[in-house]
Amino acid sequence: MIAWVGTVIDAVYVVAVIAFILGLKAMSSPETARRGILYAGVAMLVAVLVTFATGGLGNFALIALGVFIGGGAGWYWARVVKMTDMPQMVAIFNGMGGGAAAAIAAVELLTSLSAGATTGLSLAGGIIGSISIAGSFIAFSKLQGWLPGKPIVLPARQVVNFAVLVVGVGFGGVAVLVTQSFYLLPFFGLLLLYGILLTLPIGGADMPVVISLFNALTGVAVALDGFALVNGPLGDAGYAMVIAGTLVGAAGSLLTLLMARAMNRSLGNVLFGAFGSGADTGGPVAGSLKPIDVADAAVLMEYSGQVVIAPGYGMAVAQAQQKVKELADALEARGVTVKFAIHPVAGRMPGHMNVLLAEAGVSYDKLFDRDEINPEFAHTDVALVIGANDVVNPAARRTGSALQGMPILDVDQAKNVIVIKRGQGKGFAGIENDLFYKDNCRMLYGDAQHVVAELVQAVKKAP
Amino acid sequence: MAADVWTALFIAILAAFTGYEVISRVPVLLHTPLMSGSNFIHGIVLVGGIVALGFATTPLEEAIGLLAVIMGAMNVTGGYVVTERILAMFDRSKRPGSHP
Repeated sequence: MIAWVGTVIDAVYVVAVIAFILGLKAMSSPETARRGILYAGVAMLVAVLVTFATGGLGNFALIALGVFIGGGAGWYWARVVKMTDMPQMVAIFNGMGGGAAAAIAAVELLTSLSAGATTGLSLAGGIIGSISIAGSFIAFSKLQGWLPGKPIVLPARQVVNFAVLVVGVGFGGVAVLVTQSFYLLPFFGLLLLYGILLTLPIGGADMPVVISLFNALTGVAVALDGFALVNGPLGDAGYAMVIAGTLVGAAGSLLTLLMARAMNRSLGNVLFGAFGSGADTGGPVAGSLKPIDVADAAVLMEYSGQVVIAPGYGMAVAQAQQKVKELADALEARGVTVKFAIHPVAGRMPGHMNVLLAEAGVSYDKLFDRDEINPEFAHTDVALVIGANDVVNPAARRTGSALQGMPILDVDQAKNVIVIKRGQGKGFAGIENDLFYKDNCRMLYGDAQHVVAELVQAVKKAP
Repeated sequence: MAADVWTALFIAILAAFTGYEVISRVPVLLHTPLMSGSNFIHGIVLVGGIVALGFATTPLEEAIGLLAVIMGAMNVTGGYVVTERILAMFDRSKRPGSHP
Protein backbone atom coordinates (compact mmCIF):
# COMPACT_ATOMS: atom_id res chain seq x y z
CA MET A 1 0.00 0.00 0.00
CA ILE A 2 1.23 3.51 -0.77
CA ALA A 3 2.28 5.22 2.45
CA TRP A 4 0.02 8.25 2.18
CA VAL A 5 -3.08 6.09 1.70
CA GLY A 6 -2.47 4.56 5.13
CA THR A 7 -2.10 8.03 6.63
CA VAL A 8 -5.37 9.18 5.10
CA ILE A 9 -7.13 6.11 6.50
CA ASP A 10 -5.70 6.78 9.97
CA ALA A 11 -6.84 10.40 9.74
CA VAL A 12 -10.35 9.35 8.75
CA TYR A 13 -10.64 7.09 11.80
CA VAL A 14 -9.47 9.98 14.00
CA VAL A 15 -12.11 12.28 12.53
CA ALA A 16 -14.75 9.57 12.96
CA VAL A 17 -13.89 9.15 16.63
CA ILE A 18 -14.10 12.91 17.22
CA ALA A 19 -17.49 12.97 15.49
CA PHE A 20 -18.71 10.10 17.73
CA ILE A 21 -17.79 12.05 20.86
CA LEU A 22 -19.30 15.32 19.60
CA GLY A 23 -22.40 13.44 18.49
CA LEU A 24 -22.89 11.89 21.91
CA LYS A 25 -22.35 15.29 23.51
CA ALA A 26 -24.90 16.92 21.20
CA MET A 27 -27.41 14.18 21.92
CA SER A 28 -27.46 15.06 25.61
CA SER A 29 -29.16 18.42 25.03
CA PRO A 30 -32.60 18.88 23.43
CA GLU A 31 -31.51 21.80 21.22
CA THR A 32 -28.70 19.89 19.54
CA ALA A 33 -29.87 16.28 19.83
CA ARG A 34 -30.81 15.85 16.20
CA ARG A 35 -27.50 17.24 15.01
CA GLY A 36 -25.82 14.70 17.29
CA ILE A 37 -27.16 11.61 15.57
CA LEU A 38 -26.21 13.15 12.23
CA TYR A 39 -22.58 13.61 13.36
CA ALA A 40 -22.46 10.04 14.60
CA GLY A 41 -24.07 8.80 11.39
CA VAL A 42 -21.50 10.49 9.17
CA ALA A 43 -18.72 9.15 11.40
CA MET A 44 -20.08 5.64 11.06
CA LEU A 45 -20.38 5.90 7.29
CA VAL A 46 -16.80 7.03 6.73
CA ALA A 47 -15.44 4.51 9.25
CA VAL A 48 -17.14 1.66 7.37
CA LEU A 49 -16.08 3.01 3.96
CA VAL A 50 -12.39 3.39 4.82
CA THR A 51 -12.39 -0.12 6.26
CA PHE A 52 -13.37 -1.31 2.79
CA ALA A 53 -10.60 0.75 1.25
CA THR A 54 -7.94 -0.88 3.38
CA GLY A 55 -5.83 -3.40 1.54
CA GLY A 56 -5.72 -7.11 2.22
CA LEU A 57 -9.41 -7.78 2.73
CA GLY A 58 -10.82 -10.88 1.12
CA ASN A 59 -14.38 -12.17 0.82
CA PHE A 60 -15.58 -8.87 -0.65
CA ALA A 61 -18.71 -10.38 -2.14
CA LEU A 62 -19.69 -12.00 1.17
CA ILE A 63 -19.08 -8.74 3.06
CA ALA A 64 -21.21 -6.79 0.61
CA LEU A 65 -23.94 -9.43 0.86
CA GLY A 66 -23.89 -9.30 4.67
CA VAL A 67 -24.04 -5.50 4.77
CA PHE A 68 -26.87 -5.54 2.23
CA ILE A 69 -28.96 -8.15 4.08
CA GLY A 70 -28.38 -6.87 7.60
CA GLY A 71 -28.47 -3.21 6.70
CA GLY A 72 -31.59 -3.58 4.59
CA ALA A 73 -33.42 -5.62 7.22
CA GLY A 74 -32.52 -3.21 10.02
CA TRP A 75 -33.46 -0.17 7.96
CA TYR A 76 -36.78 -1.60 6.86
CA TRP A 77 -37.79 -2.94 10.25
CA ALA A 78 -36.93 0.29 12.05
CA ARG A 79 -38.90 2.29 9.44
CA VAL A 80 -42.14 0.31 9.62
CA VAL A 81 -42.36 -0.26 13.37
CA LYS A 82 -44.88 1.79 15.35
CA MET A 83 -43.60 4.48 17.71
CA THR A 84 -45.09 2.60 20.68
CA ASP A 85 -42.83 -0.35 19.90
CA MET A 86 -39.62 1.68 19.93
CA PRO A 87 -38.36 0.39 23.31
CA GLN A 88 -38.18 -3.18 22.13
CA MET A 89 -36.57 -2.07 18.87
CA VAL A 90 -33.70 -0.54 20.85
CA ALA A 91 -33.46 -3.87 22.66
CA ILE A 92 -33.36 -5.97 19.49
CA PHE A 93 -30.85 -3.79 17.61
CA ASN A 94 -28.68 -3.68 20.71
CA GLY A 95 -28.88 -7.46 20.85
CA MET A 96 -27.68 -7.59 17.24
CA GLY A 97 -24.62 -5.56 18.22
CA GLY A 98 -23.94 -7.93 21.10
CA GLY A 99 -24.33 -10.90 18.79
CA ALA A 100 -21.94 -9.38 16.28
CA ALA A 101 -19.41 -8.81 19.06
CA ALA A 102 -19.76 -12.43 20.19
CA ALA A 103 -19.39 -13.68 16.60
CA ILE A 104 -16.23 -11.59 16.06
CA ALA A 105 -14.82 -13.01 19.29
CA ALA A 106 -15.63 -16.50 18.01
CA VAL A 107 -13.72 -15.88 14.77
CA GLU A 108 -10.76 -14.46 16.71
CA LEU A 109 -10.73 -17.51 18.98
CA LEU A 110 -10.97 -19.94 16.04
CA THR A 111 -8.08 -18.16 14.31
CA SER A 112 -5.66 -18.11 17.23
CA LEU A 113 -6.58 -20.34 20.12
CA SER A 114 -3.45 -20.06 22.24
CA ALA A 115 -2.94 -18.66 25.71
CA GLY A 116 -2.21 -14.95 25.47
CA ALA A 117 -3.49 -11.58 26.49
CA THR A 118 -5.62 -11.02 23.40
CA THR A 119 -7.13 -14.50 23.71
CA GLY A 120 -8.34 -13.54 27.17
CA LEU A 121 -9.79 -10.33 25.77
CA SER A 122 -11.57 -12.25 23.00
CA LEU A 123 -13.01 -14.65 25.58
CA ALA A 124 -14.25 -11.69 27.62
CA GLY A 125 -15.77 -10.13 24.49
CA GLY A 126 -17.47 -13.46 23.74
CA ILE A 127 -18.84 -13.72 27.28
CA ILE A 128 -20.30 -10.22 27.42
CA GLY A 129 -21.54 -10.24 23.82
CA SER A 130 -23.37 -13.55 24.34
CA ILE A 131 -25.05 -12.36 27.53
CA SER A 132 -26.07 -9.15 25.76
CA ILE A 133 -27.68 -10.79 22.73
CA ALA A 134 -29.54 -13.48 24.71
CA GLY A 135 -30.71 -11.01 27.37
CA SER A 136 -31.79 -8.47 24.76
CA PHE A 137 -33.89 -11.08 22.98
CA ILE A 138 -35.68 -11.94 26.22
CA ALA A 139 -36.22 -8.21 26.91
CA PHE A 140 -37.60 -7.82 23.38
CA SER A 141 -39.89 -10.85 23.77
CA LYS A 142 -41.29 -9.54 27.06
CA LEU A 143 -42.04 -6.08 25.67
CA GLN A 144 -43.43 -7.50 22.43
CA GLY A 145 -45.76 -9.76 24.42
CA TRP A 146 -44.17 -13.01 23.21
CA LEU A 147 -43.37 -13.76 26.83
CA PRO A 148 -45.37 -12.68 29.89
CA GLY A 149 -44.16 -9.36 31.30
CA LYS A 150 -44.32 -10.66 34.87
CA PRO A 151 -41.13 -11.95 36.43
CA ILE A 152 -40.59 -15.63 35.57
CA VAL A 153 -38.98 -17.02 38.70
CA LEU A 154 -37.37 -20.45 38.63
CA PRO A 155 -36.51 -22.32 41.82
CA ALA A 156 -32.99 -21.81 43.21
CA ARG A 157 -32.32 -19.46 40.34
CA GLN A 158 -29.43 -17.57 41.98
CA VAL A 159 -27.48 -20.81 42.46
CA VAL A 160 -28.39 -22.24 39.04
CA ASN A 161 -27.58 -18.99 37.23
CA PHE A 162 -24.24 -18.67 38.95
CA ALA A 163 -23.38 -22.30 38.15
CA VAL A 164 -24.26 -21.80 34.47
CA LEU A 165 -22.05 -18.70 34.32
CA VAL A 166 -19.08 -20.36 36.04
CA VAL A 167 -19.24 -23.60 34.04
CA GLY A 168 -19.67 -21.63 30.78
CA VAL A 169 -16.64 -19.46 31.46
CA GLY A 170 -14.78 -22.61 32.54
CA PHE A 171 -15.32 -24.19 29.13
CA GLY A 172 -13.76 -21.09 27.56
CA GLY A 173 -10.71 -21.50 29.78
CA VAL A 174 -10.45 -25.19 28.91
CA ALA A 175 -10.70 -24.44 25.18
CA VAL A 176 -7.70 -22.12 25.42
CA LEU A 177 -5.63 -24.38 27.68
CA VAL A 178 -5.99 -27.50 25.55
CA THR A 179 -6.31 -25.49 22.29
CA GLN A 180 -9.42 -27.44 21.29
CA SER A 181 -11.96 -25.23 19.56
CA PHE A 182 -14.67 -27.83 20.23
CA TYR A 183 -15.00 -26.52 23.79
CA LEU A 184 -16.03 -23.12 22.43
CA LEU A 185 -19.41 -24.64 21.63
CA PRO A 186 -20.50 -25.24 25.25
CA PHE A 187 -18.75 -21.95 26.14
CA PHE A 188 -21.01 -19.86 23.92
CA GLY A 189 -24.04 -22.10 24.54
CA LEU A 190 -23.94 -21.75 28.32
CA LEU A 191 -23.31 -18.00 28.20
CA LEU A 192 -26.29 -17.51 25.92
CA LEU A 193 -28.30 -19.56 28.43
CA TYR A 194 -27.00 -17.35 31.23
CA GLY A 195 -28.21 -14.24 29.41
CA ILE A 196 -31.68 -15.81 29.15
CA LEU A 197 -31.77 -16.93 32.79
CA LEU A 198 -30.56 -13.53 33.99
CA THR A 199 -33.35 -11.66 32.20
CA LEU A 200 -36.36 -13.99 32.70
CA PRO A 201 -36.97 -13.05 36.36
CA ILE A 202 -36.99 -9.32 35.58
CA GLY A 203 -40.45 -7.76 35.27
CA GLY A 204 -41.58 -5.69 32.30
CA ALA A 205 -41.58 -2.45 34.30
CA ASP A 206 -37.84 -2.74 34.86
CA MET A 207 -36.99 -3.45 31.24
CA PRO A 208 -35.78 0.09 30.41
CA VAL A 209 -33.03 -0.23 33.00
CA VAL A 210 -32.14 -3.70 31.77
CA ILE A 211 -32.05 -2.67 28.10
CA SER A 212 -29.81 0.24 29.03
CA LEU A 213 -27.53 -2.15 30.93
CA PHE A 214 -27.28 -4.52 27.96
CA ASN A 215 -26.57 -1.48 25.78
CA ALA A 216 -23.60 -0.61 28.00
CA LEU A 217 -22.50 -4.26 27.99
CA THR A 218 -22.54 -4.42 24.20
CA GLY A 219 -20.33 -1.32 24.19
CA VAL A 220 -17.86 -3.08 26.48
CA ALA A 221 -17.93 -6.24 24.33
CA VAL A 222 -17.20 -4.16 21.22
CA ALA A 223 -14.28 -2.48 22.99
CA LEU A 224 -12.89 -5.88 24.07
CA ASP A 225 -13.09 -7.13 20.47
CA GLY A 226 -11.28 -3.97 19.45
CA PHE A 227 -8.40 -4.79 21.82
CA ALA A 228 -7.96 -8.12 20.10
CA LEU A 229 -7.84 -6.41 16.70
CA VAL A 230 -5.27 -3.66 17.39
CA ASN A 231 -2.41 -6.11 16.85
CA GLY A 232 -3.96 -7.41 13.65
CA PRO A 233 -3.64 -6.28 10.06
CA LEU A 234 -6.23 -3.53 10.55
CA GLY A 235 -5.10 -2.12 13.87
CA ASP A 236 -6.73 1.27 13.37
CA ALA A 237 -10.17 -0.32 13.06
CA GLY A 238 -9.41 -1.91 16.43
CA TYR A 239 -8.64 1.48 18.01
CA ALA A 240 -11.88 2.93 16.62
CA MET A 241 -13.78 0.02 18.19
CA VAL A 242 -11.99 0.44 21.52
CA ILE A 243 -12.88 4.13 21.69
CA ALA A 244 -16.46 3.93 20.44
CA GLY A 245 -17.17 0.81 22.50
CA THR A 246 -15.73 2.27 25.70
CA LEU A 247 -17.60 5.54 25.15
CA VAL A 248 -20.88 3.63 24.98
CA GLY A 249 -19.87 1.38 27.87
CA ALA A 250 -19.24 4.37 30.14
CA ALA A 251 -22.12 6.55 28.96
CA GLY A 252 -24.47 3.55 28.99
CA SER A 253 -23.47 2.56 32.52
CA LEU A 254 -24.12 6.08 33.79
CA LEU A 255 -27.45 6.17 31.96
CA THR A 256 -28.42 2.83 33.53
CA LEU A 257 -27.72 4.18 37.02
CA LEU A 258 -29.64 7.40 36.28
CA MET A 259 -32.66 5.37 35.15
CA ALA A 260 -32.55 3.09 38.19
CA ARG A 261 -32.32 6.16 40.40
CA ALA A 262 -35.39 7.70 38.73
CA MET A 263 -37.29 4.63 39.95
CA ASN A 264 -35.65 4.81 43.36
CA ARG A 265 -34.18 1.34 42.91
CA SER A 266 -30.65 0.03 43.01
CA LEU A 267 -29.29 -1.79 40.00
CA GLY A 268 -28.76 -4.94 42.09
CA ASN A 269 -32.40 -4.83 43.14
CA VAL A 270 -33.52 -4.54 39.52
CA LEU A 271 -31.34 -7.44 38.38
CA PHE A 272 -31.77 -9.89 41.23
CA GLY A 273 -34.85 -8.69 43.10
CA ALA A 274 -37.55 -10.25 40.85
CA PHE A 275 -39.52 -7.15 41.82
CA GLY A 276 -43.21 -7.68 42.44
CA SER A 277 -42.98 -11.43 42.90
CA GLY A 278 -42.78 -11.29 46.68
CA ALA A 279 -42.61 -8.22 48.96
CA ASP A 280 -45.49 -6.32 50.46
CA THR A 281 -47.96 -5.82 47.66
CA GLY A 282 -50.44 -3.93 49.79
CA GLY A 283 -53.21 -5.43 51.85
CA PRO A 284 -56.90 -4.72 51.52
CA VAL A 285 -57.46 -0.98 51.27
CA ALA A 286 -60.20 0.89 53.07
CA GLY A 287 -62.88 2.31 50.82
CA SER A 288 -64.36 1.11 47.57
CA LEU A 289 -63.93 1.56 43.83
CA LYS A 290 -66.40 4.15 42.57
CA PRO A 291 -67.19 4.04 38.86
CA ILE A 292 -68.19 7.08 36.77
CA ASP A 293 -69.66 7.19 33.27
CA VAL A 294 -68.43 9.13 30.27
CA ALA A 295 -71.12 11.83 30.38
CA ASP A 296 -70.45 12.69 34.02
CA ALA A 297 -66.72 12.67 33.51
CA ALA A 298 -67.06 15.01 30.52
CA VAL A 299 -69.20 17.48 32.48
CA LEU A 300 -66.75 17.41 35.37
CA MET A 301 -63.92 18.37 33.07
CA GLU A 302 -65.82 20.94 31.01
CA TYR A 303 -66.55 23.03 34.08
CA SER A 304 -63.01 22.82 35.42
CA GLY A 305 -60.48 25.61 35.55
CA GLN A 306 -57.53 23.28 35.18
CA VAL A 307 -57.25 19.66 34.06
CA VAL A 308 -54.00 17.76 34.40
CA ILE A 309 -53.62 14.61 32.31
CA ALA A 310 -51.28 11.89 33.63
CA PRO A 311 -50.64 9.35 30.86
CA GLY A 312 -49.06 5.93 31.36
CA TYR A 313 -48.27 2.80 29.45
CA GLY A 314 -51.97 1.96 29.09
CA MET A 315 -52.35 5.01 26.85
CA ALA A 316 -49.50 3.79 24.65
CA VAL A 317 -50.89 0.25 24.42
CA ALA A 318 -54.32 1.55 23.44
CA GLN A 319 -52.76 3.94 20.90
CA ALA A 320 -54.84 6.66 22.52
CA GLN A 321 -52.37 9.56 22.28
CA GLN A 322 -54.08 11.09 19.24
CA LYS A 323 -57.46 11.04 20.97
CA VAL A 324 -55.90 12.45 24.13
CA LYS A 325 -54.57 15.37 22.09
CA GLU A 326 -58.08 15.91 20.66
CA LEU A 327 -59.52 15.86 24.17
CA ALA A 328 -57.00 18.46 25.30
CA ASP A 329 -57.88 20.65 22.30
CA ALA A 330 -61.62 20.28 22.92
CA LEU A 331 -61.22 21.24 26.57
CA GLU A 332 -59.02 24.19 25.73
CA ALA A 333 -61.59 25.39 23.23
CA ARG A 334 -63.92 25.70 26.20
CA GLY A 335 -61.40 27.71 28.17
CA VAL A 336 -60.05 24.93 30.37
CA THR A 337 -56.32 24.97 31.08
CA VAL A 338 -54.86 21.57 30.17
CA LYS A 339 -51.46 20.34 31.29
CA PHE A 340 -49.71 17.00 30.99
CA ALA A 341 -47.91 15.44 33.94
CA ILE A 342 -45.06 13.26 32.77
CA HIS A 343 -43.57 10.89 35.28
CA PRO A 344 -39.93 10.11 34.48
CA VAL A 345 -40.60 6.38 34.17
CA ALA A 346 -44.15 6.46 32.81
CA GLY A 347 -44.40 4.03 29.93
CA ARG A 348 -41.65 1.58 29.17
CA MET A 349 -38.74 3.98 28.95
CA PRO A 350 -37.84 7.34 30.37
CA GLY A 351 -39.07 9.93 27.90
CA HIS A 352 -41.46 7.43 26.28
CA MET A 353 -44.54 9.57 27.02
CA ASN A 354 -42.87 12.73 25.72
CA VAL A 355 -42.14 10.97 22.47
CA LEU A 356 -45.68 9.63 22.02
CA LEU A 357 -47.38 12.91 22.88
CA ALA A 358 -45.01 14.85 20.66
CA GLU A 359 -45.91 12.46 17.84
CA ALA A 360 -49.59 13.21 18.42
CA GLY A 361 -48.80 16.92 18.14
CA VAL A 362 -49.03 17.97 21.78
CA SER A 363 -46.91 21.07 22.23
CA TYR A 364 -43.69 20.79 24.23
CA ASP A 365 -44.65 23.55 26.66
CA LYS A 366 -47.70 21.64 27.91
CA LEU A 367 -45.59 18.74 29.15
CA PHE A 368 -44.44 19.08 32.74
CA ASP A 369 -42.16 16.77 34.63
CA ARG A 370 -42.83 15.50 38.11
CA ASP A 371 -41.15 18.28 40.10
CA GLU A 372 -42.85 21.01 38.08
CA ILE A 373 -46.37 19.60 38.19
CA ASN A 374 -46.64 18.16 41.71
CA PRO A 375 -47.20 21.55 43.44
CA GLU A 376 -49.96 22.25 40.90
CA PHE A 377 -52.26 19.38 41.82
CA ALA A 378 -53.55 21.22 44.90
CA HIS A 379 -55.28 23.75 42.63
CA THR A 380 -56.23 21.34 39.87
CA ASP A 381 -59.91 20.53 39.46
CA VAL A 382 -59.56 17.23 37.63
CA ALA A 383 -56.55 14.96 37.36
CA LEU A 384 -57.19 12.53 34.49
CA VAL A 385 -55.08 9.38 34.81
CA ILE A 386 -54.94 7.42 31.55
CA GLY A 387 -53.46 3.96 31.80
CA ALA A 388 -50.98 4.85 34.53
CA ASN A 389 -50.90 2.91 37.77
CA ASP A 390 -47.78 2.49 39.88
CA VAL A 391 -46.50 6.01 39.17
CA VAL A 392 -49.62 7.54 40.74
CA ASN A 393 -49.92 5.13 43.69
CA PRO A 394 -49.84 7.03 46.97
CA ALA A 395 -48.78 3.78 48.67
CA ALA A 396 -45.27 4.91 47.75
CA ARG A 397 -45.50 7.42 50.63
CA ARG A 398 -46.30 4.62 53.11
CA THR A 399 -43.59 2.84 55.03
CA GLY A 400 -43.38 -0.88 54.30
CA SER A 401 -44.98 -0.78 50.87
CA ALA A 402 -43.04 -2.43 48.06
CA LEU A 403 -43.22 0.92 46.29
CA GLN A 404 -41.96 2.84 49.31
CA GLY A 405 -39.90 5.86 48.36
CA MET A 406 -40.64 5.69 44.65
CA PRO A 407 -41.22 9.20 43.36
CA ILE A 408 -44.85 9.54 42.27
CA LEU A 409 -47.20 12.08 40.73
CA ASP A 410 -49.36 13.51 43.53
CA VAL A 411 -52.60 13.24 41.52
CA ASP A 412 -54.53 12.31 44.67
CA GLN A 413 -54.21 15.93 45.82
CA ALA A 414 -56.37 17.20 42.96
CA LYS A 415 -60.02 17.99 43.79
CA ASN A 416 -61.21 15.15 41.56
CA VAL A 417 -59.34 12.24 40.07
CA ILE A 418 -60.67 10.27 37.11
CA VAL A 419 -58.83 7.06 36.27
CA ILE A 420 -59.28 5.50 32.85
CA LYS A 421 -58.41 1.85 33.16
CA ARG A 422 -59.03 -1.32 31.19
CA GLY A 423 -60.08 -3.46 34.13
CA GLN A 424 -59.57 -3.90 37.82
CA GLY A 425 -56.09 -5.41 37.47
CA LYS A 426 -53.00 -4.23 39.27
CA GLY A 427 -50.11 -2.30 37.78
CA PHE A 428 -46.82 -3.77 36.61
CA ALA A 429 -45.50 -3.90 40.13
CA GLY A 430 -48.51 -6.07 41.03
CA ILE A 431 -49.43 -3.78 43.89
CA GLU A 432 -52.88 -2.64 44.99
CA ASN A 433 -53.34 1.06 44.21
CA ASP A 434 -54.53 3.11 47.20
CA LEU A 435 -55.48 5.95 44.88
CA PHE A 436 -58.43 4.10 43.38
CA TYR A 437 -60.07 3.79 46.79
CA LYS A 438 -59.81 7.46 47.73
CA ASP A 439 -62.98 9.52 48.17
CA ASN A 440 -62.09 11.94 45.37
CA CYS A 441 -61.31 9.21 42.84
CA ARG A 442 -63.66 7.83 40.18
CA MET A 443 -62.98 4.92 37.87
CA LEU A 444 -63.81 5.06 34.16
CA TYR A 445 -63.43 1.52 32.84
CA GLY A 446 -62.69 0.69 29.22
CA ASP A 447 -60.10 0.74 26.46
CA ALA A 448 -58.31 4.10 26.68
CA GLN A 449 -58.68 5.01 23.01
CA HIS A 450 -62.37 4.15 23.01
CA VAL A 451 -63.15 5.96 26.25
CA VAL A 452 -61.19 9.09 25.37
CA ALA A 453 -62.86 9.23 21.94
CA GLU A 454 -66.24 9.19 23.70
CA LEU A 455 -65.07 11.91 26.07
CA VAL A 456 -64.06 14.05 23.09
CA GLN A 457 -67.53 13.63 21.56
CA ALA A 458 -69.22 14.43 24.86
CA VAL A 459 -67.14 17.57 25.42
CA LYS A 460 -67.66 18.79 21.84
CA LYS A 461 -71.42 18.20 21.95
CA ALA A 462 -71.91 19.97 25.25
CA PRO A 463 -73.71 23.30 24.98
CA MET B 1 1.40 -8.12 26.13
CA ALA B 2 2.03 -6.30 22.90
CA ALA B 3 2.64 -2.57 23.05
CA ASP B 4 -0.43 -1.89 20.93
CA VAL B 5 -2.69 -3.47 23.51
CA TRP B 6 -1.22 -1.22 26.23
CA THR B 7 -1.76 1.81 24.02
CA ALA B 8 -5.36 0.71 23.48
CA LEU B 9 -5.80 0.36 27.25
CA PHE B 10 -4.64 3.95 27.85
CA ILE B 11 -7.00 5.12 25.13
CA ALA B 12 -9.87 3.13 26.63
CA ILE B 13 -9.39 4.75 30.05
CA LEU B 14 -9.57 8.22 28.51
CA ALA B 15 -12.60 7.22 26.44
CA ALA B 16 -14.37 5.92 29.56
CA PHE B 17 -14.00 9.27 31.33
CA THR B 18 -15.06 11.07 28.17
CA GLY B 19 -18.22 8.96 27.88
CA TYR B 20 -19.06 9.60 31.51
CA GLU B 21 -18.45 13.34 31.36
CA VAL B 22 -20.21 13.90 28.07
CA ILE B 23 -23.61 12.71 29.27
CA SER B 24 -23.41 13.50 32.98
CA ARG B 25 -25.93 16.32 32.75
CA VAL B 26 -28.56 14.80 30.48
CA PRO B 27 -32.24 15.58 31.16
CA VAL B 28 -34.62 12.65 31.74
CA LEU B 29 -36.45 13.65 28.56
CA LEU B 30 -33.45 12.55 26.52
CA HIS B 31 -32.72 9.24 28.25
CA THR B 32 -34.47 7.16 25.60
CA PRO B 33 -33.00 8.93 22.54
CA LEU B 34 -29.58 8.87 24.16
CA MET B 35 -29.80 5.15 24.85
CA SER B 36 -30.87 4.63 21.25
CA GLY B 37 -28.08 6.90 19.99
CA SER B 38 -25.38 5.13 21.97
CA ASN B 39 -26.88 1.86 20.73
CA PHE B 40 -26.16 3.17 17.22
CA ILE B 41 -22.59 4.16 18.11
CA HIS B 42 -21.63 0.65 19.22
CA GLY B 43 -22.69 -0.35 15.72
CA ILE B 44 -19.00 0.32 14.98
CA VAL B 45 -18.88 -3.41 15.66
CA LEU B 46 -19.72 -3.69 11.95
CA VAL B 47 -16.15 -2.60 11.20
CA GLY B 48 -14.89 -5.47 13.33
CA GLY B 49 -17.23 -7.83 11.52
CA ILE B 50 -15.88 -6.70 8.17
CA VAL B 51 -12.31 -7.30 9.33
CA ALA B 52 -13.24 -10.71 10.76
CA LEU B 53 -14.95 -11.82 7.57
CA GLY B 54 -12.35 -10.16 5.35
CA PHE B 55 -9.56 -12.27 6.86
CA ALA B 56 -11.57 -15.45 7.46
CA THR B 57 -10.10 -18.55 5.80
CA THR B 58 -12.11 -21.63 6.77
CA PRO B 59 -15.80 -22.04 5.84
CA LEU B 60 -16.73 -22.02 9.54
CA GLU B 61 -14.93 -18.71 10.10
CA GLU B 62 -16.59 -17.30 7.02
CA ALA B 63 -20.03 -18.39 8.18
CA ILE B 64 -19.59 -16.85 11.63
CA GLY B 65 -17.97 -13.76 10.10
CA LEU B 66 -20.92 -13.32 7.75
CA LEU B 67 -23.25 -13.58 10.76
CA ALA B 68 -21.21 -10.86 12.48
CA VAL B 69 -21.47 -8.57 9.45
CA ILE B 70 -25.24 -9.11 9.10
CA MET B 71 -25.90 -8.46 12.78
CA GLY B 72 -23.50 -5.50 12.89
CA ALA B 73 -25.17 -3.95 9.83
CA MET B 74 -28.59 -4.37 11.47
CA ASN B 75 -27.28 -2.67 14.59
CA VAL B 76 -26.03 0.26 12.51
CA THR B 77 -29.03 0.92 10.28
CA GLY B 78 -31.71 -0.03 12.80
CA GLY B 79 -30.02 2.00 15.54
CA TYR B 80 -29.74 5.04 13.29
CA VAL B 81 -33.31 4.97 12.01
CA VAL B 82 -34.84 4.44 15.47
CA THR B 83 -32.83 7.31 16.96
CA GLU B 84 -33.58 9.57 14.03
CA ARG B 85 -37.32 8.82 14.27
CA ILE B 86 -37.42 9.54 17.99
CA LEU B 87 -35.46 12.78 17.67
CA ALA B 88 -37.45 13.95 14.66
CA MET B 89 -40.47 14.20 16.95
CA PHE B 90 -38.75 16.39 19.46
CA ASP B 91 -37.67 18.58 16.61
CA ARG B 92 -41.12 19.08 15.18
CA SER B 93 -42.66 20.02 18.48
CA LYS B 94 -40.04 22.72 18.98
CA ARG B 95 -40.36 24.26 15.54
CA PRO B 96 -41.59 27.84 15.74
CA GLY B 97 -45.24 28.06 14.75
CA SER B 98 -46.21 24.65 16.06
CA HIS B 99 -47.19 26.25 19.36
CA PRO B 100 -50.85 27.13 19.20
